[in-house]
Amino acid sequence: MAFFLAQFLTGLANAAALFLVASGLSLIFGVTRIVNFAHGSFYMLGAFIGITLMDILPGHVGFWGAILLTGLAVGVIGALTEMIVLRPIYRAPELFQLVATFGVILVIQDLALMIWGAEDKLGPRAPGLRGVWRIFGEPVPKYDIVLIAITPFILFALWYLITKTRLGILVRAATQDREMVGALGVNQAWLFTGVFALGSALAGLGGALQLPKGGADLLMDFNIIGEVFVVVVIGGMGSLPGAFIAAVLISVLNVFGVTYLPQSTLVLMYVVMAIVLIIRPWGILGREEAAGEHGQVGSPERPIRPYGPKGIALTSAFVLALALVPLFAEQFVLTLIVDMIVFALFAASLHFILGTGGLVSFGHAAFFGGGAYAAALLVFHTGTPMELAFLFAPLAAGLLALAIGWFCIRLSGVYFAMLTLAFSQLVWSLAFQWRDVTRGDDGLVNIWPAEWLNAPAPFYYFTLILGTGGIIFLRHVIHSPFGYALRAGRDSPRQAEAMGIDVKRVQYAAFCLAGIMAGLAGGIFVFSKGSVFPTVLEIGESFDALIVVFLGGVKTLAGGVVGAGFMTGVEDWLTRLEYWRLLLGLVIISVVILMPEGIVGTLSTLWRKIRHTDEETIR
Amino acid sequence: MLSVEGIHSYYGKAHILSDLSFEVRRGEVVALLGRNGAGKSTTMKSVMQLVRPRKGGVTFQGRELVGEPAFRVAKCGIGYVPEDRRIFTDLTVLENLEVGRQPARKDAPHWTTDQLFEIFPNLDERRANRGKHMSGGEQQMLTIARTLMGNPALLLLDEPSEGIAPVIVEQMAATILKLKAQGLTVMISEQNLHFARAVADRAIIIEGGEKKFDGSFAELEAHPEIRDAYLSV
Repeated sequence: MAFFLAQFLTGLANAAALFLVASGLSLIFGVTRIVNFAHGSFYMLGAFIGITLMDILPGHVGFWGAILLTGLAVGVIGALTEMIVLRPIYRAPELFQLVATFGVILVIQDLALMIWGAEDKLGPRAPGLRGVWRIFGEPVPKYDIVLIAITPFILFALWYLITKTRLGILVRAATQDREMVGALGVNQAWLFTGVFALGSALAGLGGALQLPKGGADLLMDFNIIGEVFVVVVIGGMGSLPGAFIAAVLISVLNVFGVTYLPQSTLVLMYVVMAIVLIIRPWGILGREEAAGEHGQVGSPERPIRPYGPKGIALTSAFVLALALVPLFAEQFVLTLIVDMIVFALFAASLHFILGTGGLVSFGHAAFFGGGAYAAALLVFHTGTPMELAFLFAPLAAGLLALAIGWFCIRLSGVYFAMLTLAFSQLVWSLAFQWRDVTRGDDGLVNIWPAEWLNAPAPFYYFTLILGTGGIIFLRHVIHSPFGYALRAGRDSPRQAEAMGIDVKRVQYAAFCLAGIMAGLAGGIFVFSKGSVFPTVLEIGESFDALIVVFLGGVKTLAGGVVGAGFMTGVEDWLTRLEYWRLLLGLVIISVVILMPEGIVGTLSTLWRKIRHTDEETIR
Repeated sequence: MLSVEGIHSYYGKAHILSDLSFEVRRGEVVALLGRNGAGKSTTMKSVMQLVRPRKGGVTFQGRELVGEPAFRVAKCGIGYVPEDRRIFTDLTVLENLEVGRQPARKDAPHWTTDQLFEIFPNLDERRANRGKHMSGGEQQMLTIARTLMGNPALLLLDEPSEGIAPVIVEQMAATILKLKAQGLTVMISEQNLHFARAVADRAIIIEGGEKKFDGSFAELEAHPEIRDAYLSV
C-alpha cells in the first residue's frame, strides 16, 4: 500500500513538468490554431538554459531564480520565433505553419548542439532538497513533494490568468473569432505574440523544473513532444483543466507501467489515448470543433485537371529518360534514384489523402514502415520467397489502414491528425519493444530481393515500374468519379452528403488506398536496403513525408513527387555537412515564407502570370 | 467625417463594389439600402478594412484608412457591428463587453457598462450569462453594446433588424435615435425601408455594387420608380 502511494506520488511529481509544457501547447493552439511542433524544442531549451543559469547563480535563490529566468528567456525566444517565422504566414493554410514549426525544431536542435555540445547533461540537485522524506516508510524524494505542492498553484495561476484578466478574456475571444477581436480594436498580432511567448515560457519552465529529476539532452524535444500531444489531445485541445487531468493520468500511468509492464511503457500511453478518443473524440474536457469558423481566409482553389497531351508527353519523356539512366550511370546514382522513387511514392500516397482528401495524417509512416516490416518479418522468420513477401507489404499496410482508419476517420482536423500520430507511435513502439518478433532496434537484416532482381539495374527497373505505376494509378484515381467524391467531401462535407455521397466511407476507402500505396513503397524500400529498423516508423519519417508534400505544394498534383525529389537530393547533399539540420531547417522555413504555395504551386503561378501578361500584351 | 472615394472591392475574382463613393457627415444617420447581394455588407467591411479595396480611398477625419489593419481602423474611432453578430458565445455578457473596451475619446461619447445596461436593460439581467444562451435579439443588443464599449465616433451597423422580432426592431429604432441624440454618427445598412426611414436622415441606395441614389427620404418618396427598381418592396 505504501509502495503504491509512493509510486503515485512520483507520478504526480512527473506530471508537474508535463502539465506546464502541455498547457503552453494548448494555449498556443487555442488562440493561434497552430499545432506547434517546436514546443518540445522550447522545453529542451529550457533544460539547457536552466543548467547554464544554475551553474552561474549560487544557492537557493540562484536555483529558483534560474528557473524563473529560464522561463523568461525561453518566452523571449518564443516571441522572436513567432514574429520571424509565423507572423508572415498566418494567412497561409493552417498546416503550412506546422511545417514551419518543424523547420524551427531542426534549427534549434543544431543551435543547441553548437552551444551545449552533444553530451547529455545531468541536472543539478535542488539546494536543500537533496534527500528523501519517508512516507509510510517509503522514500519519496523531497523535490518530488515540492513539485507536487507547486503544481496546484501553477494551475490556479493559469486559470486565474485565463478566466479573470483582460488578457485572458481577449485570448478566449480570439480563440473563437480572431477577426472580430481585431475589428473591435485589439491588435491581434501582439496578442498572438504574447500568447506564443507565454506558451513557450511555460515549456521553458517545465524544462528547467524537471532538471533535478532528469537533465538535458538533445533528444528531449522529440521525446517530450509525443507525450505532450497525447496529454493535450486526451485532455481536450485548449482546455487547461483537461491538460492537468491528462498530465496526471499519463504520468501516473507511466510510473506504474515501468514497474509492472516494463516492456510496454511506450505502448501504454498511446493505448490510453486511443481509448479516450474512441469514447470522447474531442478529449476529456474538449469540445467539438465547429466547422467553418471565422478568421480563416484563403483564395479559392484552382481546380486540378488531368494532364493534357503536352503534360503526358513531358511525363513520358521524363520516365523514358529515367529508364535510360542505368545504361551510363554509376551504381550510387541508381541507388539515389531508387530512394527518390520510393520516397516519391510514399509522399504521393500521403498527398493523395492530404491534398485530395483533406485528411491530414501525422502518422503515415505506420503504413510505409508497416509494409516494410510485414515483408521483412515474413522473410526473416519463415524464409518466404521475396516475390510473395513483397506482395504482402501493400496487403498488410492496407489491412493496417483498415484497422487504424476505422478509429480515425470519425474525427477530423487536428484530432484526426493526432489520432493517426498516436496509432503510428503504437506501431512504432511495437516494433521497438516487441523484441522477440521484431528484434527491437537491432532491426531485421538480410532481407534481400530474389536472385533475378538482386543487381542494381534489375532492381532499378523493378522500382521504376512499380513506383511510377503507383503514382500514375493514384493520379488516375484522383480524376475518377471516386476522386471527385473525395474532393467534394474535402471542400464541403455537408453539401457532399446532401448529394448522396457517404463522405466518411469515401474517406475511409481513400485512407486504405493510401495505406496500400505507402506499404508498396515500404516493400520496395526494405528490399532495396536489405534491412529495416524501427526508425522507418518514427514520427520523423511521417514528418518527412508531410514536409515533402508541403514543400512540393499541397494543392498541386505533382507536388509530392517534386518535393520528394527535391528533399532526397537536398538531404543527400546536406547530410554531408556537420550542421545540416540547421541548414535544412532554414531551407524549410524560407520555402514556407517565400513560396507559400510550395515549389510546384509557386512555379505554376509564376508561369501563369508570365503567360497572362503575354496574352494581355497581344491583345 | 467619413469619405469613400471610388472604391473597388473584390472577393477573390468576384468584383463586388465598383467605383463606389459617398460621404457621411458628423452627427447624421445614413441608411445604406439595397437588395440582398447588392454589396451593403462589403461596403461596411471595406470601410473597416476587413475587405481591402483594390482601388480608391477611404478617409476618416482626414486619415487614409486603406491598407491599415482593422484594429487600427477601430482605434481611429469607427465601431463595426457585423451582420452575423459574431458575439463570443463562450464568454459572458460582461466579458463580451470587456473585449470591446477601449480608452475614452475626445470626439465621441464615452460609455461605461452601467450606461449601456441602462440602454439595453435585457443585458443587465443577463450579465453573467454566456453568449450562446441568449436569444437573437439579445445577441444583437450585445453586439451593439460591445462595439459601443470602444467609444466610437462613427458606428457602422450592418442590418441590425435582420432576423429579429418586430417588437425588438421597434426598440432597436428607439435605441438608434437615442445614440444619435448622444452625438454619435451612424451608418446603417438595411433592407427594411420602413425601419430605415424611421431612424435615418438620408438614404444611399446601391445595386450590383454601384451607387444608384443618394439623397433625403423626401426625394426618394418623390421618385417611386427608384424604390421599385432597386428595393424589394
